Amino acid sequence: MEYMLFLGETETRAVMMPGDPGFDEYMASWTAYNQKLIDGGHWIGGGRLQPTETATTIRRVAGKDTVVDGPFAETKEQLGGYYVISAADLDEALALAAGMPFTDAAIEVRPIAFRPDAG
Amino acid sequence: MSQFDEAVTRLAREEGGHVLALLAHRFGDLDLADEAVQDALLAAASWEAVPANPAGWLYTVAHNRAVDRLRRAAAERRRLQAASYLITLPEEEEPEMIIERSDVGDEHLRLVLLCCHPALDRDAQVALTLRLVGGLTTPEIAAAYLVPEATLAQRIVRAKRKIRDAGIPLSIPSSLSERVEAVLTVLYLIYNEGYLSRSSAGARVDLVDESIRLTSALASQLPSNAEVLGLLALELYGRARTSSRFVGDQLVLLEAQDRTTWDFAGIVEANQVLASALALEVPGAFQLQAWIASQHANARTAADTDWPAIASAYAQLLELAPSPVVALNRAVAVAMADGAPAGLALLDCVTGLDDYHLYWAARGELLAKAGDPDAAAAALRRARALAANPAEQRHLDRRIAAVSS
Repeated sequence: MEYMLFLGETETRAVMMPGDPGFDEYMASWTAYNQKLIDGGHWIGGGRLQPTETATTIRRVAGKDTVVDGPFAETKEQLGGYYVISAADLDEALALAAGMPFTDAAIEVRPIAFRPDAG
Repeated sequence: MSQFDEAVTRLAREEGGHVLALLAHRFGDLDLADEAVQDALLAAASWEAVPANPAGWLYTVAHNRAVDRLRRAAAERRRLQAASYLITLPEEEEPEMIIERSDVGDEHLRLVLLCCHPALDRDAQVALTLRLVGGLTTPEIAAAYLVPEATLAQRIVRAKRKIRDAGIPLSIPSSLSERVEAVLTVLYLIYNEGYLSRSSAGARVDLVDESIRLTSALASQLPSNAEVLGLLALELYGRARTSSRFVGDQLVLLEAQDRTTWDFAGIVEANQVLASALALEVPGAFQLQAWIASQHANARTAADTDWPAIASAYAQLLELAPSPVVALNRAVAVAMADGAPAGLALLDCVTGLDDYHLYWAARGELLAKAGDPDAAAAALRRARALAANPAEQRHLDRRIAAVSS
C-alpha cells in the first residue's frame, strides 16, 4: 500500500538555520532517515514546504475560481512537509512515520486511494 | 424462530470468533470472513438437528459460503471485463471438519489485536471486539450499550471500512505487550459496563460474562502474560460478589453486603488465577486491583478486612498508574485504616473529580463519619445530582435522608 505522511508543525517554533549549534547533527538525522526509507524501498516522494505565508489557495465555488492568499485551513498546526511512502500495511507505515527525528510534531498517516503515476 | 436458537447463539458466541479468525487469515479479508460466518449462522436457523460437531459444521459451512462469495464476485468481474482473461480463484480444497483449539491460536490473537488496534477509536474497538471476537449480534450489542441499532451498525461498518482502506493488518506486532495492553483496556471497559448495569440485566446480554469469556480466551493464548491473568482474576472476583450488590433494586455497599451469598467457588477460582499471575513476578495495575479485590473477597466479615494492606496497595497502584480515581480509592482505604480525618486530608489533595459522583459520595460518607452532618448532606446531594444510575440515585437519596435526620 501507499501512504502519505503529513507533517504537522506549529510554525511559531524556531527554525534551525545553518550555523546554529546542532544544525549539522539535526540535518544528518534527517538524511539518515531519508536514506533508510530509500534503502528499505519505501521512498516514493516527499519534501519540505515553505511556510504557510507563501501559500495561495484557489477556491472554486460553482465553477468560479477565486484566488486567495493563505492555506486552506487556518489552524495552529500547519502542513510543514510530506512524504509519500510504500508500506506493507498501516502498522509498517506507522512505524516508519514514528522514526522521524522530530521532537514535537503531529504526523497524519493517510492511505493513498490511487495515484495515476503509480507503477 | 428455530427450536435450536439457544444452540445457535451459543455456537455464535463460543465458536464464531474462532471461525472468523481462521477464515480472515485464510482469505486475507476480514469483511468476507465476517459475512461468511453470518451466512452460516443464518443457515443454522434451519437446522433439523444440532450437528454432532457444531464448530466443525460452522467452519465448513462458512468456508463454503466464503468460496461462493468469491466465485460470485469473480463472475461479476468477468462479466464487467468482457471475459478477456480469467481470474484465478484460490484453489478449492476440502476444509478440515475438526477444528482444534490449538489450530486457532495465532489467528484468534491476530483478530483480537486487530479489533483493538489503536488506529480505531475506543467505541469502535469495543463494538468490533464484541461483534467479531465475541460473536454477539449487532442488536445485542446495541441493547447492551443502550444505543440505537443503526448507530452501532454504522460504527461497525465504519471501523471495518477503515481496517480495509487504511490497511490495518491481521498480524502479531513486534510491540506485542503494548498492543495487549490496549486489548485489556477494551475488555475491562466491557466488564465495567456490565458490572455497572447489572441491576437492569434481564434481556440485556451479560457483558460481565462476555468479558470474562474473552479475557479467559486471551489468557489461554498468552498464558505467561501476568496482566491478562490479573484482569481475569479481577473480573472473576467482581462476578463472584455481584449477587449481593443488589437487594431488589436497592444497591448494597460492600460493607453491608450479605457475604454468605457470595459465590465461593468463583472466589476460589479467582484466587487460583491471581496466584498464577503473581507467580510470574511481573507486577502490573490489573494484578494490584485484583489483589485488592481478593482482600475483600476473602474477608469473612467486613470487619475482617485488612484496610492498612489495601491502603498500601492503592498507594502502589497510584505510583504504577496514577489517576484521580485511584487517589480517591486510596483516600477511602486510608480512612478505613486510620480514621475519617486522615482520609479527608487525602481527599482534599485529589483534583479533577468535581463531576464524579463517587468523589462526592465518598466525601459525604467521610464527613458523616467525622461528625459533620451538614457538610456530609451537602456533599451527598452533590453526588445525587451527578449520579446517572437509578440504583445509585435511590441509594444516595436514602443516605441523604439518614445523615440529615
